Amino acid sequence: MDLGLTKEQELLRRTARDFLEAECPTSLVRQAEDSTEGHVPELWRKMAGLGWLGIALPQRYGGAGGSITSQAVLFEETGRALLPGPLLTSSALAAQVVRLAGSDAQKNSLLPGVVSGDVILTLARGDKLETASAPDSSPNQSPDQNSRGLILSGESLFVPHAGIASQIVCATRPAIGAPPDTTLVLVDPNADGVSKSRMESVANHPQYLVEFDDVPLSAAAVLGEIAEGRPALDAAVQQAAALQCAETLGRAQKVLEMTIEYAGSRFQFGRPIGTFQAIQHRCADLKVAVDAGRLLTYRAAWMLDQGMPAGEAVSMAKAHAGALSRRATETGHTVFAGISFTMEHDMQLYSARAKIAEANLGDTEYHLDQIAGDAG
Amino acid sequence: MDFDFTPEQTRFRDELRDFLDAEVPLDKQEVFGLFTEDQYQFGREINRKLAARDWLAVGWPAEHGGGGKGPIEQSILAEDLGYWRVPKSGFIGLGIVGPAVMVFGTQEQKDRYLPPIARGEVEYCQGFSEPNAGSDLASLELRAERDGGEYVLNGSKMFTSYAYHADYMYLLARTDPRAEKHRGISLFIADLKTPGISLHALPYINGEMAAQTFFDNVRLPVSCLIGEENRGWYHAMTTLDHERSGLGRYASVRRVFDDFYEFCQNPAPDGGRPLAEHPLVRHQLAQRKLGLETWKLLCWNVAWMQSSGAVPNAEASVAFLFGSEERLRFAEMAMEVLGPYATLRHGSPLVPLLGNIEGIHREAMHLHGAGTTEVHRNIIAQRGLGMPR
Repeated sequence: MDLGLTKEQELLRRTARDFLEAECPTSLVRQAEDSTEGHVPELWRKMAGLGWLGIALPQRYGGAGGSITSQAVLFEETGRALLPGPLLTSSALAAQVVRLAGSDAQKNSLLPGVVSGDVILTLARGDKLETASAPDSSPNQSPDQNSRGLILSGESLFVPHAGIASQIVCATRPAIGAPPDTTLVLVDPNADGVSKSRMESVANHPQYLVEFDDVPLSAAAVLGEIAEGRPALDAAVQQAAALQCAETLGRAQKVLEMTIEYAGSRFQFGRPIGTFQAIQHRCADLKVAVDAGRLLTYRAAWMLDQGMPAGEAVSMAKAHAGALSRRATETGHTVFAGISFTMEHDMQLYSARAKIAEANLGDTEYHLDQIAGDAG
Repeated sequence: MDFDFTPEQTRFRDELRDFLDAEVPLDKQEVFGLFTEDQYQFGREINRKLAARDWLAVGWPAEHGGGGKGPIEQSILAEDLGYWRVPKSGFIGLGIVGPAVMVFGTQEQKDRYLPPIARGEVEYCQGFSEPNAGSDLASLELRAERDGGEYVLNGSKMFTSYAYHADYMYLLARTDPRAEKHRGISLFIADLKTPGISLHALPYINGEMAAQTFFDNVRLPVSCLIGEENRGWYHAMTTLDHERSGLGRYASVRRVFDDFYEFCQNPAPDGGRPLAEHPLVRHQLAQRKLGLETWKLLCWNVAWMQSSGAVPNAEASVAFLFGSEERLRFAEMAMEVLGPYATLRHGSPLVPLLGNIEGIHREAMHLHGAGTTEVHRNIIAQRGLGMPR
């Protein structure tokens, strides 16, 4: 048993924290929030230079082949810094679907670009995304291919970063017939028939409604086999959910530190408010939730690294992350009080992103339901 | 990072579980809320059998009669004894007195006190709290005055669990009333057969018979002083951090949760559909499963820190606080799910789960062990987070 980080992971943590403190201050977070796409290309290029965009991808594509545990260390730091942009969506989620389901040709054409930062991927899911075999007259049908192309139709909500994505990985169901097996396809967001509309969101989070109006796809757009995409999708979502817990953990830890610092320097009744037990006990409760979050998150990451079935462990981490987010938000706003109700104070940046993270990749109730499993 | 045991630790755990399966039948297992003499004696018997295999003090050095392993093995033992509901005995000696004597005792004291603890032959109780010293423990008043080769003790100790089974008391007494309060306290081991010690029964709500222990001109030889005179507060607080994982307490609750979880899959007591089919019950079971799993990880975090040579401090309070509150959350949830059946006690033919739910709800009122929940929050805030006093 060793619940500590390795020397390399400690180094990664220090490097990431130093870099983000210098390059991603909250002034930049606010700037990204005010921009249309919530993305800072210059920062993105620097992160590519550090190898972060490929930390989760194999070395043969230029990545670092890092363990989930090491990725969690990085995402703890990006959460702490409120890093804007598509790192989680592109590198840790959509690119993982490609890695797990794609052919060598698909991986070779996309993953080196993900690592270098030239390719940004996103993932679209939802019951309304349907694929059907293209009719014989389809212009996409190539006579020398023995499989026909597909037609993609329907819509997907809450697709993050669709405005800057080079490709959208769509998890679709068959238009007719059961069972509703998943077919994964790659779609060019600028193709005819694809329309994206920005959803007005908390913290100006760049999420989109993406509609597909009978978009023709070649057989080469299918990731893996038709109707066999579920395992790759589930595995990628599970990993990304664990990493999002790490992000939440980093954010909550930072809120705790900010709150303690303020409580030590804010004087009322002639003494720092941090001397009052009413304040101390709130901070202690947040500390308990942070410690619990760290153990639950890293256990899930470790189990994923071991190749163990980690569904319940990830759900426990994610369900707790929701509770942790809420506690951090409440503690911060309670102790900072009036000043944190202003836009100029940073606390609102943390509480807004807590809401986004909680709703993403399965919310707290969804994961509690997973934990209940076969309970009834 | 590694959340698993070594192959040797896993083998120890497997062998231990085989032993417990063979030696601890269901009808001998402890029921929450019941403290019978038969059960206590059964626990002592199991401890002696464990000791015969060098497992009872598995984490102690071999020179003191231990198994020569470490905190991980000691925690594996604690967790499984808790899960198999082996009635508790000997744990104050093993967890608190032994480690203190190892650090602060003389060679003569080590030889005198440690082997009988490791063999499961003696029971200790703890004499810390007093009628006027609870959370502010350092204000304790029980006086120990030096008189030649002896100390003379006068005063009383409160909440003496296991007083009626104990051979010795591990106690703090005031040796210098003029010094600052933390600096006038010394640590002793008192033989409870010493003339002048008397017990006043103090039954607890969980069925346990504790006592208030009175000292009336009790004369202890100076060889009963552990460590330095007037340094007892610091000796005791240092060694309190030694056995803090709390895995035994966690596992005893986990066992009842697991039994309750299974109970909820079966037809309800009134013959209706399984309780777990109710969406609200299902939701509550998931919440508590998450809570208990969290508690387990917080306990193992403490055990791991100890195994790596660190001294857990605020981390132990985090685990203890979380555990006390999680135990109560589970007890309240299970009581609510059982409805009026929750009011039945052990002995009623209709009582579910042997009365463990009703019993654990009473046990859960024990929110004050090793400090109240509020004291633990103070420790976490001040020592863990560095907040100002």
